[in-house]
Amino acid sequence: MELLCPAGSLPALKAAINQGADAVYVGLRGDTNARHFAGLNLAGSGLDEAVAYTHKHGRKIHVAINTFAHTDGWERWQKSVDTAVRAGADVLILADISLLAYAHDRYPKVEKHLSVQASATNPAAIDFYRNLGISRVVLPRVLSMQQVKSLARISDMPLEVFAFGSLCIMAEGRCYLSSYMTGESPNTAGVCSPAAYVRWDEKADGSLESRLNGVMIDRFNADENAGYPTLCKGRFQVGNDLYNVLEEPTSLNTLELLPELFNEGIASLKIEGRQRSPAYVEKITRVWRQAIDAVQEDPQRFRVKDEWNQVLNSLSEGSQTTLGAYHRKWK
Amino acid sequence: MKFSLGAIQYYWPKNTVLKFYDGVAASDIDIVYLGETVCSKRRELNLQDYLDIAFKLREAGKQVCLSTMTLLESPALLREMARYIDNGEFVIEANDIGAVQLAQERNLPFIAGPAINCYNQHTLKYLVNSGLKRWVMPVELSRDWLKTLLEQEVVRDIRSCFETEVFAFGHLPLAWSARCFTARSEDRQKDQCELCCINYPKGREVHSQDGKQVFVLNGIQTQSGQRYNLINDLPSMHRLVDIVRLSPEPEGTLDWLDRFRENIRGKHPVKLAAGDSNGYWNRLAGMLTVET
Repeated sequence: MELLCPAGSLPALKAAINQGADAVYVGLRGDTNARHFAGLNLAGSGLDEAVAYTHKHGRKIHVAINTFAHTDGWERWQKSVDTAVRAGADVLILADISLLAYAHDRYPKVEKHLSVQASATNPAAIDFYRNLGISRVVLPRVLSMQQVKSLARISDMPLEVFAFGSLCIMAEGRCYLSSYMTGESPNTAGVCSPAAYVRWDEKADGSLESRLNGVMIDRFNADENAGYPTLCKGRFQVGNDLYNVLEEPTSLNTLELLPELFNEGIASLKIEGRQRSPAYVEKITRVWRQAIDAVQEDPQRFRVKDEWNQVLNSLSEGSQTTLGAYHRKWK
Repeated sequence: MKFSLGAIQYYWPKNTVLKFYDGVAASDIDIVYLGETVCSKRRELNLQDYLDIAFKLREAGKQVCLSTMTLLESPALLREMARYIDNGEFVIEANDIGAVQLAQERNLPFIAGPAINCYNQHTLKYLVNSGLKRWVMPVELSRDWLKTLLEQEVVRDIRSCFETEVFAFGHLPLAWSARCFTARSEDRQKDQCELCCINYPKGREVHSQDGKQVFVLNGIQTQSGQRYNLINDLPSMHRLVDIVRLSPEPEGTLDWLDRFRENIRGKHPVKLAAGDSNGYWNRLAGMLTVET
């Protein structure tokens, strides 16, 4: 079972490799990947160095080109595929049918994984993409553990699941909430609730209001921790109730599911967070390396260590974690 | 320019649905999509009920299409979807790429619904080669995006092989989740939802803390708070859009069809309500409105 860690920068990549990641995933600078943030991602010599460092340590590097190519400038996405292959990427993570078809045709021998943004949740969808040359599917975070198991048993396609990090509660690649409010979405711009549209208003009573393109996402009392206004994690009103209508600010943590994921033969555990700091990546990777080693050694006797959860909770959104959709009750 | 009625997005009692389609049969709508696309637990109507409606509508001169589920989380749902695809009479609207795959395996034509991620000319061409006959553009795309796409050489060559359709009226389907937000709003778990969606024929409104309507909860689906309304944008659709889609609302949908028809050439514009928007079509955030 592979540990696949995020690297938004060269220092983060080195931290992940040094702490024992089996593979890392990166994006290229620009809007061809789903973490299109200022100062993030690799280009030019940075990419070459990333590949060299990864390969020197005998690990693999995956390159995510997982936004949907625009009609105008399609060649930019095509070139990203070329750039990644030429730099020596071991794996391309793709979502767009046109790019999968291009990569399948042009680079049949390069391994291709279906990005979570393609939102493949069932065997028929997997078969569709199998014809485009994919050899692994990253599952959306909408499936329960039971559903992951049944898919793993029905399909011979190797599966990758999200193990830890920010939690998308919507089927990835089919969520337009962000463009509804800002004009920019993960599919078209590689962003969700982009920072350029965020406004903080501090009130006389010490409270703080967060807005996204003018829409109030949340309001925090002076004694509350104010979280980033990701639009699906705000507090809104339904009827007479004011609450986190869609989801609380929380992170996904599947440590306790590790034995089950291992027993089902899940190929890879993905840690979310290319936008995170090298220090974050270092701490997370260390914990997950230990946990995966422990489960591989003896899945029956595997126990989640308190110290692992302490580290993970301290690095989580709102300092809380959830099993998310893996746990049916969450739904 | 033809007009279509999308599948009913909400959960209505069977009698309400039957009555609605009686009205549809008597209307001058061209194309009707039938089926449950949101939640598999909604079983007021089964496939046979939809087929019965479909035959009646066809007799009334409508073209009928069967819409399939958007988020397929289990093998049982896939089997159910296969039954829709194997209906033998009506073309299907695929809302998940799995439906495209099943149609393709059977050499059947299909319509790609708005939740299929087709954003560019090469993807569209790939889908046309797979059997796509009609493309409903993703809701977040604009007129400019559509125009640019249709102008590409690879698309111009095959333009006669497919139709274009645009979601133009109703609350926009914006997201699908494993979680049921309507059940959550009643403090229930999804497994014990008691089909509470049926109590909300137009979904549940979500407001920001300063009173702006931001979303509508419709089971596992999240919709736009604003009602999308491209009635005044119809003149800008000529030569780009073959079919204009209206999404059924509990009240007045067919009256809107009449207003849309009257304004095809822009002769009878309608003042948009405060709760209407047309941002996406005009290359803005979806919730915004421009006077056109």
